Amino acid sequence: MNDKIKDNTFTINFGPQHPAAHGVLRLVLELDGEIVDRVDPHIGLLHRGTEKLIEHKTYTQAIPYFDRLDYVAPMNQEHAFSLAIESLLKIDVPRRGQTIRVLYSEIGRLLSHLLNITTQAMDVGALTPPLWGFEEREKLMGFYERASGSRMHAAYFRPGGVHQDLPEDLIDDIDTFIESHPAVISDIETLLTDNRIFKQRNVDIGFISQEDAQLWGFSGVMIRGTGLPWDLRRSQPYEIYSELEFEIPIGKNSDCYDRYLLRVEEMKQSLKIMKQCIQILRNEKGPVSSHNNKLFPPKRAEMKASMEALIHHFKLYTEGYHVPKGEVYRAVEAPKGEFGVYLVSDDSNKPYRCKIRAPGFAHLQAMDYMCKGHMLADVSAVLGSLDIVFGEVDR
Amino acid sequence: MPDKNNENISDEDIYQSLKNRYKKNILNVNLIPDLSIDIKVEIINDIVKFLKDSRDFQFTTFIDICGVDYPNRSKRFDVVYHLLSMKKNKRIRIKAAIDEKDSIESIVNIFPAANWYEREAYDLYGINFNNHPDLRRLLTDYNFQGYPLRKDFPLTGYTQVRYDDTQKRVIHEPVELGQEFRDFDFQSPWLGDPQEGEKEIVNEDE
Repeated sequence: MNDKIKDNTFTINFGPQHPAAHGVLRLVLELDGEIVDRVDPHIGLLHRGTEKLIEHKTYTQAIPYFDRLDYVAPMNQEHAFSLAIESLLKIDVPRRGQTIRVLYSEIGRLLSHLLNITTQAMDVGALTPPLWGFEEREKLMGFYERASGSRMHAAYFRPGGVHQDLPEDLIDDIDTFIESHPAVISDIETLLTDNRIFKQRNVDIGFISQEDAQLWGFSGVMIRGTGLPWDLRRSQPYEIYSELEFEIPIGKNSDCYDRYLLRVEEMKQSLKIMKQCIQILRNEKGPVSSHNNKLFPPKRAEMKASMEALIHHFKLYTEGYHVPKGEVYRAVEAPKGEFGVYLVSDDSNKPYRCKIRAPGFAHLQAMDYMCKGHMLADVSAVLGSLDIVFGEVDR
Repeated sequence: MPDKNNENISDEDIYQSLKNRYKKNILNVNLIPDLSIDIKVEIINDIVKFLKDSRDFQFTTFIDICGVDYPNRSKRFDVVYHLLSMKKNKRIRIKAAIDEKDSIESIVNIFPAANWYEREAYDLYGINFNNHPDLRRLLTDYNFQGYPLRKDFPLTGYTQVRYDDTQKRVIHEPVELGQEFRDFDFQSPWLGDPQEGEKEIVNEDE
């Protein structure tokens, strides 16, 4: 704060019930006329103590908490947790399991980007895009449901693989979706990409340099917008990403508009990845999860005939499995950026410590830095392009 | 965006170079599964600055700071730092152990992103960071008491809130559970002596 209190400086609350606050964000804005002087985000209104709860649950019971972090793309979070456990247990996931994981991670990316692009448009005044976007999200959540039994709280990625194989007709339906979706993307693009108002609200707003983006811990679209081609799917590949073909789009101007364009392009690349996964799933059959009975529960049919399978099932769903002592950090390229899990295990059946590194947390704290000197109306544009979901920021 | 022209450095190289520079201030190292270095608290600022500015490593991306609580140790908390080098495609973890009463130097002047992460560690564990510009609570409620992620803080907490219609405001009351939280003890009596720091096996709630 300045020593001299200016006559025209005043403080307003933005949220926690503001429609453009993307959930429960309270921003305390200090304004000099219409120019933003300081932004102080107050977070924690959605804090549920996820990390504490996870310390008191077995590894299997902890998985659903990850669906509730970034609830726009649930399975991507489970993925990071599963990878961390797998690397402590030193187990591999069968190829078909990996392919299904990639397929659903990309569906998650579509879910997240569809929501972000369209709500960003809504933040700056357009109402049609969200309606069109949500129609597509509805279909994708249908795919979630048909694979896992739940539209959002999937608990589908388990350490060692995925819970169940996909039904044959689901693969066909996803394929049909991939064919029809580009038309919807281009429809949304006709509303936004060359739209005069959308451009006026977004071009050159919320600039951040390459160096600063790194210092502020940015990842995902936020860092690619600055022109750094950093994507964990390429730089530190996991699952089968290393053998898939896709491009990493990067931005030029590092503003809100570039980040919008990147998300649109990433959606197209996701479709490309999904197409390749469908090919693999059709051509190569096999198990979707680890065969280790001490880690992965037996199939229901097996339990009807085998006493041993029944015992395994009982033990795994009561005591769970013990993870060897050690600590590990594993990260995935979630739609919003690098989602990491730092897992400390003490050889018991519950995590000793599970730190969740959410991309939105790092992005949101740079609000003050990015908004300083912008107009009040730009705050919601910057916030929209940061792609904040409070489930993961507040944990 | 790993740098293809430069020869790649291994985790071992990073460790050796740090070992030469800091000698006895480096207490322990793990190369598997991740590069993880235990250091003395005093050098935290220096080592982070060195890793960030060194041309050979360029750990310029901030990833994470978090606390871990080990109530049985003499130095109770681990403060864990994660950094990333996009140029070299390397990650590093730095751990410094401190006691409840000690404090650790803030790295906000090196990485502005550390601000909220240190506030979070302060909020959840009560770890004090020296020279932090604005060490307030972050995630918990306004006027919250205690440090919820410490191992001796009960999962259910101490207070619960509700809206009181007679007083026309939100009030805090002691927690009252309809059913006790059931935390089963799964330590197997067949696995031999309990390990260091573990308590004897009691089977009262099974």
